[in-house]
Amino acid sequence: MSAPLVRIEGLRKEFRAVVAVEDVTLEVSPGEIVALVGDNGAGKSTVVKCIAGVHAPTAGRILLEGRAVEFSSPLDARSQGIEVVFQDLALASAQPVYMNMFLGRELVKGPLRRLDREAMAAETKALLDGLDVLVESPHRAVRDLSGGQRQGVAIARAMYWAQRLVLMDEPTAALGVAETRRVEEQILRMRDGGRAILIVSHSLDQVFRLAHRICVLRRGRQVGIRRTSETTGDEIVAMITGLRDAD
Amino acid sequence: MRAIEPRRYVVYVAFLLILAFFAATLSDDGFLSEDNLLNIVRQTTPVTVMAVAVVFVLSAGEIDLSLGSVVALSALVTAEVMKTQSAVLAVAAGLGVGLATGAVNGLFVTLLRLPSFLVTLASLGIVAGLARTITDLRSVAVDDQSFIDIFGSGDVGPIPSLAFWALGAVVLGHFVFRHKRFGAHVVATGDDAGAARATGIRVDRVRFAVLVLSGAAAALAGILYTGRLEAATYTLGEQDLVTVIAAVVIGGTRLFGGEGSVVGALIGSLIMGTLTNGLILWGLSTSEQLIAQGGLLLLAISLTLREPRRELA
Repeated sequence: MSAPLVRIEGLRKEFRAVVAVEDVTLEVSPGEIVALVGDNGAGKSTVVKCIAGVHAPTAGRILLEGRAVEFSSPLDARSQGIEVVFQDLALASAQPVYMNMFLGRELVKGPLRRLDREAMAAETKALLDGLDVLVESPHRAVRDLSGGQRQGVAIARAMYWAQRLVLMDEPTAALGVAETRRVEEQILRMRDGGRAILIVSHSLDQVFRLAHRICVLRRGRQVGIRRTSETTGDEIVAMITGLRDAD
Repeated sequence: MRAIEPRRYVVYVAFLLILAFFAATLSDDGFLSEDNLLNIVRQTTPVTVMAVAVVFVLSAGEIDLSLGSVVALSALVTAEVMKTQSAVLAVAAGLGVGLATGAVNGLFVTLLRLPSFLVTLASLGIVAGLARTITDLRSVAVDDQSFIDIFGSGDVGPIPSLAFWALGAVVLGHFVFRHKRFGAHVVATGDDAGAARATGIRVDRVRFAVLVLSGAAAALAGILYTGRLEAATYTLGEQDLVTVIAAVVIGGTRLFGGEGSVVGALIGSLIMGTLTNGLILWGLSTSEQLIAQGGLLLLAISLTLREPRRELA
Protein backbone atom coordinates (compact mmCIF):
# COMPACT_ATOMS: atom_id res chain seq x y z
CA MET A 1 0.00 0.00 0.00
CA SER A 2 1.16 3.54 -0.76
CA ALA A 3 2.38 6.10 1.77
CA PRO A 4 -0.24 7.23 4.29
CA LEU A 5 -2.44 10.11 3.25
CA VAL A 6 -3.23 11.11 6.80
CA ARG A 7 -1.44 10.25 9.99
CA ILE A 8 -2.45 11.27 13.48
CA GLU A 9 0.18 11.06 16.19
CA GLY A 10 -0.44 11.02 19.91
CA LEU A 11 -3.81 12.72 19.54
CA ARG A 12 -5.26 13.96 22.80
CA LYS A 13 -8.44 15.92 23.39
CA GLU A 14 -9.71 17.25 26.70
CA PHE A 15 -13.03 18.93 27.34
CA ARG A 16 -12.42 20.88 30.53
CA ALA A 17 -11.63 18.18 33.10
CA VAL A 18 -12.70 15.27 30.89
CA VAL A 19 -10.15 13.48 28.74
CA ALA A 20 -12.15 12.31 25.72
CA VAL A 21 -9.23 10.96 23.72
CA GLU A 22 -5.70 10.21 24.83
CA ASP A 23 -2.76 9.12 22.76
CA VAL A 24 -4.32 7.84 19.56
CA THR A 25 -1.94 7.16 16.67
CA LEU A 26 -3.36 6.05 13.37
CA GLU A 27 -2.83 6.34 9.64
CA VAL A 28 -4.96 5.90 6.54
CA SER A 29 -3.63 5.44 3.01
CA PRO A 30 -5.25 6.32 -0.31
CA GLY A 31 -7.64 3.55 -1.39
CA GLU A 32 -7.78 2.19 2.15
CA ILE A 33 -10.70 1.92 4.55
CA VAL A 34 -9.86 2.02 8.25
CA ALA A 35 -12.58 1.41 10.81
CA LEU A 36 -12.70 3.04 14.21
CA VAL A 37 -14.63 0.92 16.71
CA GLY A 38 -15.38 1.05 20.41
CA ASP A 39 -18.20 1.36 22.89
CA ASN A 40 -20.23 4.50 23.44
CA GLY A 41 -18.00 7.20 24.87
CA ALA A 42 -14.81 5.55 23.61
CA GLY A 43 -13.87 8.75 21.80
CA LYS A 44 -14.48 7.71 18.18
CA SER A 45 -16.49 10.76 17.19
CA THR A 46 -14.01 13.04 18.93
CA VAL A 47 -11.15 11.63 16.87
CA VAL A 48 -13.17 12.22 13.70
CA LYS A 49 -14.05 15.77 14.74
CA CYS A 50 -10.42 16.58 15.50
CA ILE A 51 -9.37 15.50 12.00
CA ALA A 52 -12.32 17.38 10.49
CA GLY A 53 -11.36 20.65 12.14
CA VAL A 54 -14.42 20.78 14.38
CA HIS A 55 -12.31 20.38 17.53
CA ALA A 56 -8.74 21.55 18.00
CA PRO A 57 -6.65 18.73 19.52
CA THR A 58 -5.27 19.40 23.00
CA ALA A 59 -2.06 17.62 22.04
CA GLY A 60 -0.68 15.54 19.21
CA ARG A 61 -0.24 16.15 15.51
CA ILE A 62 -2.18 15.59 12.32
CA LEU A 63 -0.05 15.00 9.24
CA LEU A 64 -1.45 15.25 5.76
CA GLU A 65 0.88 13.63 3.23
CA GLY A 66 3.67 14.00 5.75
CA ARG A 67 3.08 17.69 6.46
CA ALA A 68 1.74 18.78 9.85
CA VAL A 69 -1.58 20.61 9.50
CA GLU A 70 -3.72 22.56 11.93
CA PHE A 71 -7.35 23.13 11.06
CA SER A 72 -9.00 26.05 12.79
CA SER A 73 -12.40 25.25 11.25
CA PRO A 74 -14.16 22.62 9.13
CA LEU A 75 -13.67 25.02 6.23
CA ASP A 76 -9.89 24.63 6.59
CA ALA A 77 -10.18 20.86 6.49
CA ARG A 78 -12.48 20.99 3.49
CA SER A 79 -10.10 23.18 1.57
CA GLN A 80 -7.51 20.40 2.04
CA GLY A 81 -9.84 17.86 0.45
CA ILE A 82 -11.22 16.34 3.65
CA GLU A 83 -14.97 15.68 3.81
CA VAL A 84 -17.08 14.40 6.67
CA VAL A 85 -20.34 12.48 6.74
CA PHE A 86 -21.54 13.26 10.24
CA GLN A 87 -23.77 11.08 12.37
CA ASP A 88 -26.35 13.87 12.40
CA LEU A 89 -25.69 14.38 8.68
CA ALA A 90 -25.25 18.17 8.77
CA LEU A 91 -28.08 18.69 6.32
CA ALA A 92 -30.28 21.78 6.53
CA SER A 93 -33.71 20.20 6.47
CA ALA A 94 -35.85 22.99 5.05
CA GLN A 95 -33.47 23.52 2.13
CA PRO A 96 -33.67 21.68 -1.18
CA VAL A 97 -31.34 18.78 -1.88
CA TYR A 98 -29.25 20.71 -4.41
CA MET A 99 -28.70 23.55 -1.95
CA ASN A 100 -27.47 21.10 0.66
CA MET A 101 -25.13 19.58 -1.87
CA PHE A 102 -23.50 22.96 -2.41
CA LEU A 103 -23.99 24.51 1.04
CA GLY A 104 -21.14 26.92 1.75
CA ARG A 105 -19.75 26.42 -1.78
CA GLU A 106 -22.64 27.57 -3.92
CA LEU A 107 -22.14 27.96 -7.66
CA VAL A 108 -22.58 31.49 -8.96
CA LYS A 109 -22.86 32.98 -12.43
CA GLY A 110 -22.62 36.32 -14.18
CA PRO A 111 -21.05 39.63 -13.16
CA LEU A 112 -23.46 39.94 -10.21
CA ARG A 113 -22.39 36.53 -8.96
CA ARG A 114 -25.96 35.29 -8.80
CA LEU A 115 -26.64 31.84 -7.40
CA ASP A 116 -26.75 29.39 -10.29
CA ARG A 117 -29.63 27.30 -9.03
CA GLU A 118 -30.20 25.53 -12.34
CA ALA A 119 -26.59 24.38 -12.56
CA MET A 120 -26.55 23.22 -8.94
CA ALA A 121 -29.80 21.29 -9.43
CA ALA A 122 -28.57 19.68 -12.67
CA GLU A 123 -25.22 18.73 -11.15
CA THR A 124 -26.98 17.28 -8.12
CA LYS A 125 -29.33 15.22 -10.23
CA ALA A 126 -26.49 13.78 -12.29
CA LEU A 127 -24.52 12.95 -9.17
CA LEU A 128 -27.41 11.27 -7.35
CA ASP A 129 -28.40 9.31 -10.44
CA GLY A 130 -24.82 8.13 -10.85
CA LEU A 131 -24.82 6.87 -7.28
CA ASP A 132 -28.24 5.23 -7.50
CA VAL A 133 -29.58 7.53 -4.81
CA LEU A 134 -33.27 7.64 -5.60
CA VAL A 135 -34.56 11.15 -5.04
CA GLU A 136 -37.53 12.32 -7.09
CA SER A 137 -36.11 15.77 -7.66
CA PRO A 138 -33.12 17.81 -6.47
CA HIS A 139 -35.66 20.52 -5.60
CA ARG A 140 -37.21 18.42 -2.83
CA ALA A 141 -36.63 19.69 0.70
CA VAL A 142 -34.40 17.37 2.70
CA ARG A 143 -37.03 17.00 5.44
CA ASP A 144 -39.31 15.29 2.91
CA LEU A 145 -36.75 12.54 2.25
CA SER A 146 -36.43 9.16 3.96
CA GLY A 147 -33.51 8.39 6.24
CA GLY A 148 -31.81 6.40 3.51
CA GLN A 149 -32.25 9.15 0.96
CA ARG A 150 -30.78 11.69 3.37
CA GLN A 151 -27.81 9.47 4.03
CA GLY A 152 -27.41 9.06 0.29
CA VAL A 153 -27.39 12.83 -0.14
CA ALA A 154 -24.82 13.29 2.63
CA ILE A 155 -22.54 10.64 1.13
CA ALA A 156 -22.98 11.98 -2.39
CA ARG A 157 -21.95 15.39 -1.09
CA ALA A 158 -18.82 13.96 0.51
CA MET A 159 -17.97 12.05 -2.66
CA TYR A 160 -18.46 15.11 -4.78
CA TRP A 161 -16.19 17.34 -2.73
CA ALA A 162 -13.69 15.00 -1.11
CA GLN A 163 -10.41 15.06 -2.97
CA ARG A 164 -8.49 12.95 -0.52
CA LEU A 165 -10.01 11.84 2.77
CA VAL A 166 -13.57 10.96 3.77
CA LEU A 167 -14.48 10.67 7.44
CA MET A 168 -17.71 8.83 8.18
CA ASP A 169 -19.38 8.78 11.56
CA GLU A 170 -21.94 5.96 11.75
CA PRO A 171 -23.05 6.34 8.14
CA THR A 172 -25.61 3.53 8.27
CA ALA A 173 -26.78 3.69 11.89
CA ALA A 174 -30.28 4.83 10.97
CA LEU A 175 -30.74 2.71 7.86
CA GLY A 176 -32.52 -0.49 6.91
CA VAL A 177 -30.85 -3.52 5.38
CA ALA A 178 -31.28 -2.61 1.72
CA GLU A 179 -30.31 1.01 2.27
CA THR A 180 -27.24 -0.06 4.23
CA ARG A 181 -26.15 -2.25 1.32
CA ARG A 182 -26.48 0.62 -1.08
CA VAL A 183 -24.48 2.97 1.16
CA GLU A 184 -21.76 0.32 1.55
CA GLU A 185 -21.52 0.05 -2.23
CA GLN A 186 -21.06 3.82 -2.37
CA ILE A 187 -18.32 3.62 0.23
CA LEU A 188 -16.49 0.96 -1.76
CA ARG A 189 -16.82 3.09 -4.87
CA MET A 190 -15.18 6.00 -3.05
CA ARG A 191 -12.36 3.68 -1.99
CA ASP A 192 -11.90 2.46 -5.57
CA GLY A 193 -11.69 6.11 -6.58
CA GLY A 194 -8.49 6.30 -4.52
CA ARG A 195 -9.78 8.18 -1.52
CA ALA A 196 -8.74 7.33 2.01
CA ILE A 197 -11.69 6.52 4.25
CA LEU A 198 -11.96 6.50 8.04
CA ILE A 199 -15.26 5.06 9.18
CA VAL A 200 -16.81 4.89 12.64
CA SER A 201 -19.23 2.01 12.96
CA HIS A 202 -21.02 0.02 15.64
CA SER A 203 -21.68 -2.86 13.29
CA LEU A 204 -18.80 -5.33 13.36
CA ASP A 205 -20.31 -7.19 10.40
CA GLN A 206 -20.05 -4.00 8.42
CA VAL A 207 -16.54 -3.31 9.64
CA PHE A 208 -15.41 -6.76 8.51
CA ARG A 209 -17.13 -6.30 5.14
CA LEU A 210 -15.53 -2.94 4.41
CA ALA A 211 -12.37 -2.23 6.33
CA HIS A 212 -8.77 -3.19 5.66
CA ARG A 213 -7.76 -2.41 9.20
CA ILE A 214 -9.61 -1.93 12.48
CA CYS A 215 -8.59 0.47 15.25
CA VAL A 216 -10.15 -0.21 18.64
CA LEU A 217 -10.68 2.53 21.24
CA ARG A 218 -11.74 2.08 24.83
CA ARG A 219 -12.47 5.01 27.12
CA GLY A 220 -10.47 7.34 24.95
CA ARG A 221 -7.43 5.06 24.78
CA GLN A 222 -6.24 3.16 21.77
CA VAL A 223 -6.39 -0.56 22.54
CA GLY A 224 -4.84 -1.72 19.28
CA ILE A 225 -5.01 -1.95 15.50
CA ARG A 226 -5.67 -5.21 13.60
CA ARG A 227 -5.69 -6.17 9.94
CA THR A 228 -9.16 -7.40 9.15
CA SER A 229 -7.71 -10.44 7.41
CA GLU A 230 -5.72 -11.39 10.49
CA THR A 231 -8.28 -11.02 13.26
CA THR A 232 -11.67 -12.33 14.30
CA GLY A 233 -14.85 -10.77 15.55
CA ASP A 234 -14.24 -12.38 18.92
CA GLU A 235 -10.87 -10.71 19.28
CA ILE A 236 -12.25 -7.29 18.36
CA VAL A 237 -15.14 -7.69 20.82
CA ALA A 238 -12.70 -8.68 23.53
CA MET A 239 -10.65 -5.56 22.80
CA ILE A 240 -13.74 -3.32 22.84
CA THR A 241 -15.06 -4.66 26.12
CA GLY A 242 -11.73 -4.79 27.89
CA LEU A 243 -11.53 -8.58 28.21
CA ARG A 244 -8.27 -8.24 26.36
CA ASP A 245 -5.58 -5.82 27.52
CA ALA A 246 -4.21 -3.06 25.35
CA ASP A 247 -1.23 -3.92 23.13
CA MET B 1 -41.10 19.53 -11.04
CA ARG B 2 -41.10 21.69 -7.99
CA ALA B 3 -43.98 20.90 -5.67
CA ILE B 4 -46.54 23.68 -5.50
CA GLU B 5 -47.30 24.70 -1.95
CA PRO B 6 -50.79 26.18 -1.68
CA ARG B 7 -49.83 27.91 1.57
CA ARG B 8 -47.48 30.11 -0.40
CA TYR B 9 -50.25 31.66 -2.42
CA VAL B 10 -52.77 32.11 0.39
CA VAL B 11 -51.25 35.49 1.21
CA TYR B 12 -51.75 36.84 -2.31
CA VAL B 13 -55.33 35.62 -2.39
CA ALA B 14 -55.94 37.14 1.05
CA PHE B 15 -54.58 40.48 -0.13
CA LEU B 16 -56.89 40.50 -3.15
CA LEU B 17 -59.87 39.49 -1.01
CA ILE B 18 -59.20 42.29 1.46
CA LEU B 19 -58.86 44.81 -1.37
CA ALA B 20 -62.08 43.55 -2.95
CA PHE B 21 -63.89 43.62 0.37
CA PHE B 22 -62.96 47.22 1.15
CA ALA B 23 -63.53 48.25 -2.47
CA ALA B 24 -67.08 46.91 -2.27
CA THR B 25 -67.96 48.21 1.19
CA LEU B 26 -66.12 51.53 1.01
CA SER B 27 -66.62 52.51 -2.63
CA ASP B 28 -68.48 55.66 -1.60
CA ASP B 29 -65.74 56.68 0.82
CA GLY B 30 -63.05 56.83 -1.88
CA PHE B 31 -61.17 53.66 -0.90
CA LEU B 32 -60.26 52.97 -4.51
CA SER B 33 -59.40 56.58 -5.34
CA GLU B 34 -55.88 57.13 -6.60
CA ASP B 35 -55.17 59.41 -3.67
CA ASN B 36 -56.16 56.82 -1.13
CA LEU B 37 -54.24 53.97 -2.77
CA LEU B 38 -51.10 56.11 -2.98
CA ASN B 39 -51.67 57.00 0.65
CA ILE B 40 -51.58 53.34 1.57
CA VAL B 41 -48.25 53.03 -0.22
CA ARG B 42 -46.88 56.12 1.56
CA GLN B 43 -48.03 54.95 4.96
CA THR B 44 -46.69 51.43 4.58
CA THR B 45 -43.24 52.36 3.26
CA PRO B 46 -41.41 52.48 6.63
CA VAL B 47 -42.97 49.15 7.62
CA THR B 48 -42.07 47.64 4.23
CA VAL B 49 -38.45 48.77 4.54
CA MET B 50 -38.17 47.21 7.99
CA ALA B 51 -40.05 44.10 6.90
CA VAL B 52 -37.47 43.43 4.18
CA ALA B 53 -34.69 43.45 6.78
CA VAL B 54 -36.71 41.40 9.23
CA VAL B 55 -37.11 38.67 6.59
CA PHE B 56 -33.33 38.23 6.86
CA VAL B 57 -33.39 38.42 10.67
CA LEU B 58 -36.15 35.85 11.18
CA SER B 59 -34.84 33.57 8.42
CA ALA B 60 -31.50 33.50 10.20
CA GLY B 61 -33.28 32.35 13.36
CA GLU B 62 -32.84 35.65 15.18
CA ILE B 63 -35.20 38.44 16.19
CA ASP B 64 -34.79 42.19 16.66
CA LEU B 65 -37.13 43.69 19.25
CA SER B 66 -35.25 47.01 19.28
CA LEU B 67 -36.59 48.07 15.85
CA GLY B 68 -39.26 50.46 17.09
CA SER B 69 -36.99 52.36 19.45
CA VAL B 70 -34.29 52.69 16.77
CA VAL B 71 -36.93 54.29 14.53
CA ALA B 72 -37.55 56.97 17.15
CA LEU B 73 -33.93 57.64 18.08
CA SER B 74 -32.70 57.81 14.49
CA ALA B 75 -35.58 60.14 13.58
CA LEU B 76 -34.75 62.48 16.47
CA VAL B 77 -31.01 62.41 15.81
CA THR B 78 -31.62 63.18 12.13
CA ALA B 79 -33.91 66.09 12.95
CA GLU B 80 -31.61 67.44 15.66
CA VAL B 81 -28.49 67.33 13.49
CA MET B 82 -30.39 68.97 10.63
CA LYS B 83 -30.99 72.04 12.80
CA THR B 84 -27.33 72.95 12.56
CA GLN B 85 -25.83 70.78 9.84
CA SER B 86 -26.57 69.73 6.27
CA ALA B 87 -29.31 67.22 5.50
CA VAL B 88 -26.72 64.77 4.18
CA LEU B 89 -24.86 64.78 7.47
CA ALA B 90 -28.15 64.48 9.36
CA VAL B 91 -29.20 61.42 7.38
CA ALA B 92 -25.77 59.88 7.91
CA ALA B 93 -26.10 60.48 11.66
CA GLY B 94 -29.55 58.92 11.69
CA LEU B 95 -28.35 55.86 9.82
CA GLY B 96 -25.36 55.73 12.17
CA VAL B 97 -27.74 55.27 15.10
CA GLY B 98 -29.20 52.18 13.43
CA LEU B 99 -25.87 50.73 12.37
CA ALA B 100 -24.40 51.25 15.83
CA THR B 101 -27.38 49.69 17.61
CA GLY B 102 -27.35 46.76 15.20
CA ALA B 103 -23.61 46.29 15.66
CA VAL B 104 -23.91 46.31 19.46
CA ASN B 105 -26.79 43.82 19.27
CA GLY B 106 -24.75 41.68 16.92
CA LEU B 107 -21.65 41.72 19.10
CA PHE B 108 -23.56 40.60 22.18
CA VAL B 109 -25.28 37.84 20.21
CA THR B 110 -22.13 36.51 18.55
CA LEU B 111 -19.33 37.17 21.04
CA LEU B 112 -21.20 36.43 24.25
CA ARG B 113 -23.52 33.89 22.61
CA LEU B 114 -26.64 35.45 24.06
CA PRO B 115 -30.09 34.99 22.51
CA SER B 116 -31.05 37.94 20.31
CA PHE B 117 -34.46 37.99 21.95
CA LEU B 118 -32.93 39.09 25.26
CA VAL B 119 -30.16 41.29 23.84
CA THR B 120 -32.56 43.29 21.68
CA LEU B 121 -35.11 43.44 24.49
CA ALA B 122 -32.44 45.19 26.55
CA SER B 123 -31.38 47.51 23.75
CA LEU B 124 -35.04 48.31 23.10
CA GLY B 125 -35.17 49.80 26.59
CA ILE B 126 -31.86 51.61 26.33
CA VAL B 127 -32.55 53.14 22.92
CA ALA B 128 -36.14 54.09 23.81
CA GLY B 129 -34.83 55.81 26.94
CA LEU B 130 -32.21 57.69 24.92
CA ALA B 131 -34.90 58.80 22.45
CA ARG B 132 -36.93 60.24 25.30
CA THR B 133 -33.89 61.89 26.86
CA ILE B 134 -32.15 63.64 23.98
CA THR B 135 -34.95 66.13 23.32
CA ASP B 136 -36.68 65.84 26.66
CA LEU B 137 -39.81 64.37 25.00
CA ARG B 138 -40.12 67.36 22.64
CA SER B 139 -40.81 66.93 18.94
CA VAL B 140 -38.30 68.37 16.50
CA ALA B 141 -39.52 69.98 13.29
CA VAL B 142 -37.71 69.63 9.97
CA ASP B 143 -37.90 72.25 7.21
CA ASP B 144 -35.21 71.28 4.69
CA GLN B 145 -37.34 71.08 1.55
CA SER B 146 -35.10 68.76 -0.45
CA PHE B 147 -34.94 66.37 2.51
CA ILE B 148 -38.73 66.40 2.70
CA ASP B 149 -39.02 65.81 -1.04
CA ILE B 150 -36.63 62.87 -1.08
CA PHE B 151 -37.64 61.14 2.15
CA GLY B 152 -41.20 62.33 2.53
CA SER B 153 -43.97 63.95 0.58
CA GLY B 154 -42.18 64.46 -2.75
CA ASP B 155 -43.37 62.88 -5.98
CA VAL B 156 -41.65 61.71 -9.12
CA GLY B 157 -44.29 62.29 -11.77
CA PRO B 158 -47.42 60.70 -10.34
CA ILE B 159 -45.49 58.35 -8.04
CA PRO B 160 -44.67 59.30 -4.45
CA SER B 161 -40.94 59.24 -3.70
CA LEU B 162 -41.70 57.00 -0.72
CA ALA B 163 -42.84 54.30 -3.16
CA PHE B 164 -39.34 54.25 -4.63
CA TRP B 165 -37.83 53.60 -1.21
CA ALA B 166 -40.21 50.70 -0.65
CA LEU B 167 -39.65 49.32 -4.13
CA GLY B 168 -35.88 49.74 -3.88
CA ALA B 169 -35.78 47.92 -0.54
CA VAL B 170 -37.91 45.07 -1.87
CA VAL B 171 -36.00 44.64 -5.14
CA LEU B 172 -32.58 44.78 -3.50
CA GLY B 173 -33.72 42.62 -0.60
CA HIS B 174 -35.27 40.01 -2.87
CA PHE B 175 -32.17 39.88 -5.04
CA VAL B 176 -29.80 39.37 -2.13
CA PHE B 177 -32.10 36.97 -0.30
CA ARG B 178 -32.90 34.78 -3.25
CA HIS B 179 -29.99 35.18 -5.64
CA LYS B 180 -26.85 35.80 -3.59
CA ARG B 181 -24.82 33.39 -1.53
CA PHE B 182 -25.41 35.56 1.53
CA GLY B 183 -29.15 34.92 1.30
CA ALA B 184 -28.56 31.18 1.07
CA HIS B 185 -26.28 31.34 4.11
CA VAL B 186 -28.86 33.29 6.10
CA VAL B 187 -31.52 30.67 5.43
CA ALA B 188 -29.16 27.77 6.16
CA THR B 189 -28.08 29.39 9.43
CA GLY B 190 -31.67 29.72 10.58
CA ASP B 191 -32.56 26.25 9.36
CA ASP B 192 -29.79 24.38 11.16
CA ALA B 193 -26.90 26.39 12.57
CA GLY B 194 -24.91 23.24 13.29
CA ALA B 195 -25.23 21.97 9.73
CA ALA B 196 -24.42 25.41 8.36
CA ARG B 197 -21.29 25.62 10.50
CA ALA B 198 -20.21 22.11 9.55
CA THR B 199 -20.37 23.05 5.87
CA GLY B 200 -18.14 26.04 6.48
CA ILE B 201 -20.69 28.85 6.63
CA ARG B 202 -19.54 31.56 9.01
CA VAL B 203 -22.65 31.48 11.13
CA ASP B 204 -21.67 34.27 13.52
CA ARG B 205 -20.86 36.60 10.65
CA VAL B 206 -24.33 35.95 9.24
CA ARG B 207 -25.99 36.66 12.60
CA PHE B 208 -24.02 39.87 13.06
CA ALA B 209 -24.84 41.01 9.53
CA VAL B 210 -28.60 40.50 9.78
CA LEU B 211 -28.77 42.43 13.06
CA VAL B 212 -26.80 45.34 11.58
CA LEU B 213 -29.08 45.21 8.55
CA SER B 214 -32.20 45.45 10.65
CA GLY B 215 -30.75 48.33 12.67
CA ALA B 216 -30.00 50.18 9.45
CA ALA B 217 -33.48 49.48 8.06
CA ALA B 218 -35.12 50.75 11.25
CA ALA B 219 -32.99 53.90 11.05
CA LEU B 220 -34.03 54.45 7.43
CA ALA B 221 -37.65 53.95 8.47
CA GLY B 222 -37.19 56.65 11.12
CA ILE B 223 -35.78 59.01 8.51
CA LEU B 224 -38.69 58.28 6.16
CA TYR B 225 -41.20 59.01 8.94
CA THR B 226 -39.40 62.27 9.65
CA GLY B 227 -39.60 63.20 5.97
CA ARG B 228 -43.29 62.45 5.66
CA LEU B 229 -44.36 64.09 8.93
CA GLU B 230 -41.77 66.90 8.65
CA ALA B 231 -40.98 66.31 12.29
CA ALA B 232 -39.53 63.68 14.59
CA THR B 233 -40.88 62.56 17.93
CA TYR B 234 -40.08 59.82 20.41
CA THR B 235 -43.35 57.97 19.78
CA LEU B 236 -42.45 57.19 16.15
CA GLY B 237 -42.21 53.50 15.53
CA GLU B 238 -43.72 52.57 18.87
CA GLN B 239 -46.38 50.33 17.32
CA ASP B 240 -44.26 49.12 14.42
CA LEU B 241 -42.63 46.02 15.85
CA VAL B 242 -45.85 44.02 15.89
CA THR B 243 -46.90 45.30 12.48
CA VAL B 244 -43.54 44.48 10.92
CA ILE B 245 -43.33 40.99 12.35
CA ALA B 246 -46.95 40.33 11.41
CA ALA B 247 -46.28 41.50 7.85
CA VAL B 248 -43.19 39.32 7.53
CA VAL B 249 -44.76 36.22 9.03
CA ILE B 250 -48.00 36.57 7.08
CA GLY B 251 -45.79 36.85 4.02
CA GLY B 252 -44.48 33.32 4.53
CA THR B 253 -41.30 33.77 6.55
CA ARG B 254 -40.91 31.19 9.32
CA LEU B 255 -40.80 32.78 12.75
CA PHE B 256 -38.07 30.32 13.79
CA GLY B 257 -35.81 30.53 10.78
CA GLY B 258 -34.95 28.57 7.68
CA GLU B 259 -37.49 29.98 5.26
CA GLY B 260 -38.40 33.46 4.12
CA SER B 261 -39.84 35.59 1.36
CA VAL B 262 -39.14 39.26 0.69
CA VAL B 263 -41.94 39.60 -1.84
CA GLY B 264 -44.27 37.93 0.64
CA ALA B 265 -43.22 40.49 3.25
CA LEU B 266 -44.15 43.31 0.86
CA ILE B 267 -47.61 41.79 0.41
CA GLY B 268 -47.87 41.29 4.17
CA SER B 269 -46.99 44.92 4.72
CA LEU B 270 -49.58 46.04 2.16
CA ILE B 271 -52.19 43.83 3.84
CA MET B 272 -51.50 45.43 7.22
CA GLY B 273 -51.56 48.92 5.69
CA THR B 274 -54.74 48.28 3.73
CA LEU B 275 -56.47 46.98 6.83
CA THR B 276 -55.57 50.05 8.84
CA ASN B 277 -56.63 52.31 6.01
CA GLY B 278 -59.94 50.54 5.45
CA LEU B 279 -60.76 50.49 9.14
CA ILE B 280 -60.10 54.23 9.39
CA LEU B 281 -62.38 54.89 6.43
CA TRP B 282 -64.98 52.73 8.11
CA GLY B 283 -64.83 55.21 10.95
CA LEU B 284 -63.36 52.93 13.57
CA SER B 285 -61.65 54.66 16.46
CA THR B 286 -58.00 53.92 17.21
CA SER B 287 -58.96 51.54 20.00
CA GLU B 288 -61.46 49.75 17.80
CA GLN B 289 -58.83 49.48 15.07
CA LEU B 290 -56.48 47.73 17.48
CA ILE B 291 -59.14 45.16 18.31
CA ALA B 292 -60.07 44.61 14.68
CA GLN B 293 -56.41 44.34 13.61
CA GLY B 294 -55.65 41.86 16.34
CA GLY B 295 -58.61 39.71 15.37
CA LEU B 296 -57.74 39.80 11.69
CA LEU B 297 -54.11 39.05 12.45
CA LEU B 298 -55.16 35.92 14.33
CA LEU B 299 -57.34 34.90 11.43
CA ALA B 300 -54.57 35.57 8.92
CA ILE B 301 -51.91 33.61 10.75
CA SER B 302 -54.31 30.75 11.37
CA LEU B 303 -54.80 30.47 7.62
CA THR B 304 -51.21 30.97 6.53
CA LEU B 305 -48.97 29.75 9.31
CA ARG B 306 -50.56 26.63 10.70
CA GLU B 307 -47.68 24.17 10.46
CA PRO B 308 -48.72 21.01 8.69
CA ARG B 309 -48.29 18.12 11.08
CA ARG B 310 -45.17 16.24 10.21
CA GLU B 311 -44.52 12.69 11.14
CA LEU B 312 -41.54 12.26 13.39
CA ALA B 313 -38.47 11.71 11.25
